[in-house]
Amino acid sequence: MCLAVPHTIETILGENRALAAAGAVRTEIRTDLVENVVPGDTVLVHAGFAIEKLSPEDSEELKGLWDELRALAGDPYAR
Amino acid sequence: MMEVCGTHTVSVFRSGIRTILPPTLRLVSGPGCPVCVTGQGEIEAALSLLDRGAVVAAYGDMFKVPCEGGSLASKRTRGLDARVVTSAMETLTIAVENPDREVVFLGVGFETTAPATAALVAEAARRSVPNLSVLSFHKRTPPAVELLAADPDLRLSGFLLPGHVCVILGHDPFRFLPEKYGLPGVIAGFEPEQILLGLAEIVRQHEQGAPALRSVYGTAVKREGNPKALGLLEEVFEHRDATWRGIGTIPDSGLALRRKYESFDAEKRFALSLRPGTPPAGCRCGEVLTGKIIPPECPLFRSACTPLSPVGPCMVSGEGTCGAYFRFFKGDRS
Repeated sequence: MCLAVPHTIETILGENRALAAAGAVRTEIRTDLVENVVPGDTVLVHAGFAIEKLSPEDSEELKGLWDELRALAGDPYAR
Repeated sequence: MMEVCGTHTVSVFRSGIRTILPPTLRLVSGPGCPVCVTGQGEIEAALSLLDRGAVVAAYGDMFKVPCEGGSLASKRTRGLDARVVTSAMETLTIAVENPDREVVFLGVGFETTAPATAALVAEAARRSVPNLSVLSFHKRTPPAVELLAADPDLRLSGFLLPGHVCVILGHDPFRFLPEKYGLPGVIAGFEPEQILLGLAEIVRQHEQGAPALRSVYGTAVKREGNPKALGLLEEVFEHRDATWRGIGTIPDSGLALRRKYESFDAEKRFALSLRPGTPPAGCRCGEVLTGKIIPPECPLFRSACTPLSPVGPCMVSGEGTCGAYFRFFKGDRS
């Protein structure tokens, strides 16, 4: 039930309402639970509500953790 | 190790993670599916409101969950007004468009989902919508995780914590795992590689003898959680004891509307009293939910109990442990 999907904010429709896209799918979402959302922001959407803003460092951090894991596993190609 | 999130349960199966784990690692599923832990009495309360002519709006996951009086789906087939919503806020539109009907939202879910219900109640109060109310059966995950951490029969070595619950709650509500029980608690995302990272972190903490609360879910999970959502939860809800199907009553594990919002509380508006409800004969969902058995050990699994005619709630939900085992389990190591 706790599924949440990253969406990109396209248009602010009004107070706590925005149009957001996940791939080709556009949905009206609520932004009551996040601060200062602007078009272009990436948000995590659960049950029609943005529950958190995502930052671009996310993918970097995951990559860093992977490198750490590979180094631990003795992978010679780890950074 | 135990995961306590239905989305983890399904991702673990779909990706085949269990088949590549070394024999020394055993991953069990805990009570991570809110549909599955919703008490029978709670579902019966929602059905009774349909019988009394109200519109009941609920997330689709809840529709097929059976209790003695049927299910939301079977009531709808008989012409009663049960509606699927994908966002709690749709209920407000239904209420505004049907001013002569009582419209009730069935609030089910953990801390990821509860803030949306809180936003609905706050908005309904702001706009003074008189015909909308909420059945709040939301549940809090930390008390259930603590119950399992303290269970001597389970002998767990660590918890893979639900990423999206922690987006809202942050790290602090689960700090008791390392601090009180000496257990690793690792917050993980839902992609297979994120789950593997989480499991690797639990193992590493074990090897180093340094249990800690750590997130491997990137910046989505902030240490302090989502302050705006937490503020709304605090504004609208207070803690109460709640009945978890298969587990029993866990103190302070439920969310009830505060007195300030009691005019939106369907339990009060309709003077409902919740029956504990008896589990279906032979159903071992309780032991499945607490990781004590795996679904194939239940005599009903795949015989009397299938996704098409589920006996217990763990088979009903796509994220229930029994439903996931039914679809994916091919007899590989549990």
